[in-house]
Amino acid sequence: MTQTLDRHSGCSPSIDAGTYTVGPLQSGPPCCVPEPLIRVTNLSVSYGDHPALKDVTLDIYKGCITALIGPSGCGKTSFLSALNRLTDMIPGCRVEGGIRIGGQDILAPRLDVSALRREVGMIFQKPNPFPLPIRRNIEMPLREHGMKKRADLDETLERVLTDVGLWAEVKDRLDKPALALSGGQQQRLCIARALALAPSVLLMDEPCSALDPIASGIVEDMIAQLRGRYTVVIVTHNLAQAKRIANYAAFFWLRERGGTLVEFGHCRQIFEAPAHDLTAAYVSGMRG
Amino acid sequence: MIWSKHSISSPSRTDARLAGWLSIAAGLAAAVLVLIVLFLLHESWPVLNRIGWLRFLTDAAWHPSEGLFGLAPMLWATLASSTGALVLAGGLGVASALFCRFYAPPSAARPYRRMVTLLAGIPSVVFGLWGLTVLVPLIARWQPPGASLLAGILILTLMILPTVALTADAALAAVPKAYLHGAAALGMSRSGTILRVVLPAARSGIIAGLLLAAGRALGETMAVLMVAGNVVQTPHSLFDPVRTLTANIALEMDYATGEHRAGLFVSGLVLSGMIILLAVAALRFGGARSHV
Repeated sequence: MTQTLDRHSGCSPSIDAGTYTVGPLQSGPPCCVPEPLIRVTNLSVSYGDHPALKDVTLDIYKGCITALIGPSGCGKTSFLSALNRLTDMIPGCRVEGGIRIGGQDILAPRLDVSALRREVGMIFQKPNPFPLPIRRNIEMPLREHGMKKRADLDETLERVLTDVGLWAEVKDRLDKPALALSGGQQQRLCIARALALAPSVLLMDEPCSALDPIASGIVEDMIAQLRGRYTVVIVTHNLAQAKRIANYAAFFWLRERGGTLVEFGHCRQIFEAPAHDLTAAYVSGMRG
Repeated sequence: MIWSKHSISSPSRTDARLAGWLSIAAGLAAAVLVLIVLFLLHESWPVLNRIGWLRFLTDAAWHPSEGLFGLAPMLWATLASSTGALVLAGGLGVASALFCRFYAPPSAARPYRRMVTLLAGIPSVVFGLWGLTVLVPLIARWQPPGASLLAGILILTLMILPTVALTADAALAAVPKAYLHGAAALGMSRSGTILRVVLPAARSGIIAGLLLAAGRALGETMAVLMVAGNVVQTPHSLFDPVRTLTANIALEMDYATGEHRAGLFVSGLVLSGMIILLAVAALRFGGARSHV
């Protein structure tokens, strides 16, 4: 029951009214108390001479799911990668503007990037479990960050795999290679791996687009259940998916040089009463 | 209509002819291996037939003229020098490949990679020459006589280092970027990523390279002959002069006749066997990479 509720709660009117009920998995505060966790101001990202994203100002609310929509190449992934400083890994990539997460300036040059990335997890378009056994996929980052006790590791392993609905499926083959799992299972394993580090924010870059419709549906339901406990920012090309799971939506569009944010608002408003013509054309399927 | 002139039901004549030529060339290449092994067997047959395989291991010494065919001391010398070189070159080569891939700025990594490639092209006799005039006197000053197992190991290390470094570099380059991004997104440090993600993922490629390098070390003749001292004895320390199987063939082939000559062919057969086994193992490891 909760699952279906959650799944359709994205744009339901109850969200704004504050009467939103949380599912059993959602121990966090109810979603959509509009308390900004991530504040992005005048963010620009460029690769060498090529600007990918220009002048984006946007608040991302705590415990909510925010969908980034728009055509390919309009800077959504660049925006996402700036939030956990994965942009650092791309040679020639420049990030300007301001990003504050929970008050902390994360673009500060002396920031502990490792700590940031533990706080802000990321899920990629193509599932990328390491070529290791299932158990080691989860345990390796934990060990790297200092969790050594067997009991702690086991407890975390079971908890996060249960959270992503994988425990029953894999508990008897934890020592089998992760790459032998199906695509959807691999993606859920990757989400579990990120959850194991107890992040507060999860960035998801088209997490379902490499999966078949059934696996995609399972992963989507699972993401919807993260609402409340985690602040989720999800890039998706699947407008129906955005409509189903997101509380807020940000519409990006490619201007002559680089992508920009056209419109940001409640998911329902973006889809049902867009303020901008471009948004209206895009969400109705006429453009993009 | 493109198809008007030719029938689409059979491949073109040119294709068939090319395929024919290519299969002949491939067949020749494969036949050479078989012919060499057959030739070695044929030439070593007189002595193998008379005394069997075992005596080559159990005979106390190598005095073919007196009917003693003990290859064991030289087998040990070959194994010891190759293993030593493999350990040193393995460590150095993998470390340099890691540095090149993950720490060095591109402006340093590229010329470095090119230099290692060139190092692979230096003829072995040049290594021997350098070893004889520089390395051996240096060791002699410390532990005479200088020409020794250690000198052989060091020269072999230099010779197989490029093989190890280049294959390890290629194996590291083949590690999918997705793993690196995944590890970074989990807040893993560069060293943690290398130890826990990159090396396990590149393991089979690195091992394949080590096996190839081991094959090269086992088969190397000239450079080792020039620096290792060539005394037939089982080495008991790094400073003992030793003679490898390859050096033995090169040194004695000139004047060997009869069973002595056949005995040298037996050592050739043993060497070829070891190297073929290593090559097969390397292929298996290299092939395993795609299934990991």
